[in-house]
Amino acid sequence: MKRRESLKALTLSSLGFAAMNPQEALAEAREIESQLPPETPLKIPGGRQKEEAIRDAQLMKEKFFTVSELATIKVLADIIIPADSKSGSASDAGVPAFIEFIVKDMPQHQIPMRGGLKWLDRESSKRFQKTFTLLTPAQRIQIVDDIAYPENAKPVFSQGVAFFNLMRNLTASGFYTTRIGIDDIGYVGNTPNMWAGPPEEVLKQYGFTKE
Amino acid sequence: MAAYQLAKAGAKVALLEAGGYFDPADPKYITQLKWPWESPRRGASTTRPFGDFDAAWGGWELEGEPYTHKNGTKFDWFRSRMLGGRTNHWGRISLRFGPNDFKRHSIDGLGDDWPIGYDDVKPYYDQVDKLIGVFGTVENIHNEPDGIFLPPPPPRLHEHFLKKAGKAANIPVIPSRLSILTKPINDQRGVCFYCSQCGRSCQAYADFSSSSVLVIPAVKTGNVTLINNAMAREILTDPNSGLATGVSYVDREKLTEHTIKAKVVVLAASAGESARLLLNSKSSRHEGGLANSSGVVGKYLHDSTGASRSAFLPHLMDRKRYNEDGVGGMHVYTPWWLDNKKLDFPRGYHIEYGGGMGMPSYGFGSGIEGLNGKYPTANGTTKQAGGYGASLKEDYRRFYGAYVGMAGRGEAVPNVNNYCEIDPNVVDKYGIPVLRFNYNWTDYEIKQAKHMHDTFEEMIHALGGVALGTKPGADTNYGIAAPGRIIHEVGTVRMGDDKKSSALNKFSQAHDAKNVYVVDGGSFVSQADKNPTWTILALSWRASDHIIEQIKQKNL
Repeated sequence: MKRRESLKALTLSSLGFAAMNPQEALAEAREIESQLPPETPLKIPGGRQKEEAIRDAQLMKEKFFTVSELATIKVLADIIIPADSKSGSASDAGVPAFIEFIVKDMPQHQIPMRGGLKWLDRESSKRFQKTFTLLTPAQRIQIVDDIAYPENAKPVFSQGVAFFNLMRNLTASGFYTTRIGIDDIGYVGNTPNMWAGPPEEVLKQYGFTKE
Repeated sequence: MAAYQLAKAGAKVALLEAGGYFDPADPKYITQLKWPWESPRRGASTTRPFGDFDAAWGGWELEGEPYTHKNGTKFDWFRSRMLGGRTNHWGRISLRFGPNDFKRHSIDGLGDDWPIGYDDVKPYYDQVDKLIGVFGTVENIHNEPDGIFLPPPPPRLHEHFLKKAGKAANIPVIPSRLSILTKPINDQRGVCFYCSQCGRSCQAYADFSSSSVLVIPAVKTGNVTLINNAMAREILTDPNSGLATGVSYVDREKLTEHTIKAKVVVLAASAGESARLLLNSKSSRHEGGLANSSGVVGKYLHDSTGASRSAFLPHLMDRKRYNEDGVGGMHVYTPWWLDNKKLDFPRGYHIEYGGGMGMPSYGFGSGIEGLNGKYPTANGTTKQAGGYGASLKEDYRRFYGAYVGMAGRGEAVPNVNNYCEIDPNVVDKYGIPVLRFNYNWTDYEIKQAKHMHDTFEEMIHALGGVALGTKPGADTNYGIAAPGRIIHEVGTVRMGDDKKSSALNKFSQAHDAKNVYVVDGGSFVSQADKNPTWTILALSWRASDHIIEQIKQKNL
């Protein structure tokens, strides 16, 4: 924008320190810095508002799961979505770190996750006198088989079923929103293109003709 | 639109915007074409109600800006505090009102007729089509007037199925009418490149957002002073003439007070905020608020009715993969098609459709345990519902893109008992008295929602699909969306010929103060089963022409 036009567009925007007045910009910088520990200068990523960037930075600094809980999450996530001939595993796609962030972003998942992990370790101790991550793969699957099938599970395992459903959903969310997962599911959009309708052979497959 | 038209005519315009500056082409603000992993929550709606990449800055609750309710009623109020407001992230559904929509009282005895008719607005719809661009097809449906259309995008696969099902069920499925450029219309805007992310706002300016299409060109004329983060408090008036003299506003960041003088004040703050401003602009000449000698300001508030259902299409399992993004919305829709004389409710609704192989985001694959045990694989294996492992990965793959969603959007009957008013006790953080809402759906709307669900099941049956979830019943008012949720609220500063029962005349000019105009949805007498935006644009242009003519005639 030419200077005259930029003066006319008196943008008192708080985004990216676009204020015209250098003193405002300074006050703004101080205000942001005072909300964060000194060692974290805030960069507002493109497409985020200041308040969102502050909140995300704050969440990133917090920790929820213990090292041991995260280890269990990793094992479980990789049982739910393992590597196969087509794509990598949930942990290859960073799912445990995603779940850690999500429970901070959505606190309503904290108790179900923490409690579910504890339930799992308890079940594991009852059967094998060891916590879940210390079991053999076959032992782990023995427990998982009791909670992975909502319509066939014994009623005594209902809380385990609820937890496993949650883990399955979070693992899928975390996996299919990564490059690994998007390539696996076969999404090929999000790129400028010319839309001319479904390919001919697809239309033919379902009995439609091109318009 | 008014700022654009007036600036082009040579007027000096100060444009006050409550939110921050926004330009979808500026990398500072762009979310378009970002991948889900570029958000730590993968696009979830924790902070932004329509998802992390949606362009809306704001939502149902704004920090420091409460609103209240009366009599235990519910009204949810969405505000986007940014240049261009909600036009940055809306659905781009650009439907003209039809001839019937201006004369509903004459047709069914309910509500009121507009003081104008389709013929008064048609020339402006034509101009808006040419200025802004809308795609569609000529269909010659009486109450769905055709526009000057750009070519529509070809249907997606599920939309082919919808057309076929529509023929079997006798429900019309025609190309949609969206303000997205499928062909170039000028040098300032690019053409759609089919990323299906209009909700993120478009860096090519290929869809209609008033920020990119109207404000930025208006500012380029040199006649506009754009003032962002300016929260208007009240319109100031002269105690003798009663005319507006300017606007008092607060700078939202520095919290300093300002006054701007003006010869003409045009409100386009959205139906709720314009009513609020007028009601808060009290003086000895305007005891009930500016433009409110009739007492109607804030009254006759109404939003579209809404209900939705989705379905799984078993014959779309194991789809071949290809880029199916298309434009940021449906390529086909269903316009209202029935005769109310045979129904137990007035007015009608259109149906919006969703589906296809979209970009995964937070929530992808959720609830697969409800499906993967019911439908055998391509080679005939039936699995146990739920599960894990390589078999589960196969299930996510085979179900991808095999869904369709449908949402009805219908016309509510304007009701004097549905309104917003100024809360006598509560102010926002700027000290501006807030709105208090009182709103109830009536049987007219509830029965419409019931019918929507019947129609959805008819369509889903004709599609060979399986309806998901349960069909809502009377206990939830047939799943009718809470008032305000469709974000089409209109009617609060309605126009009319009789100044005892309207706030504006047929040119959107206040009866009580000829230099005050309201050019947002507040001016609507009734809403039609059509999204308000295109009519807001046409009426705003018509009001702008009136302002220019009145100034030339020295009446203003």
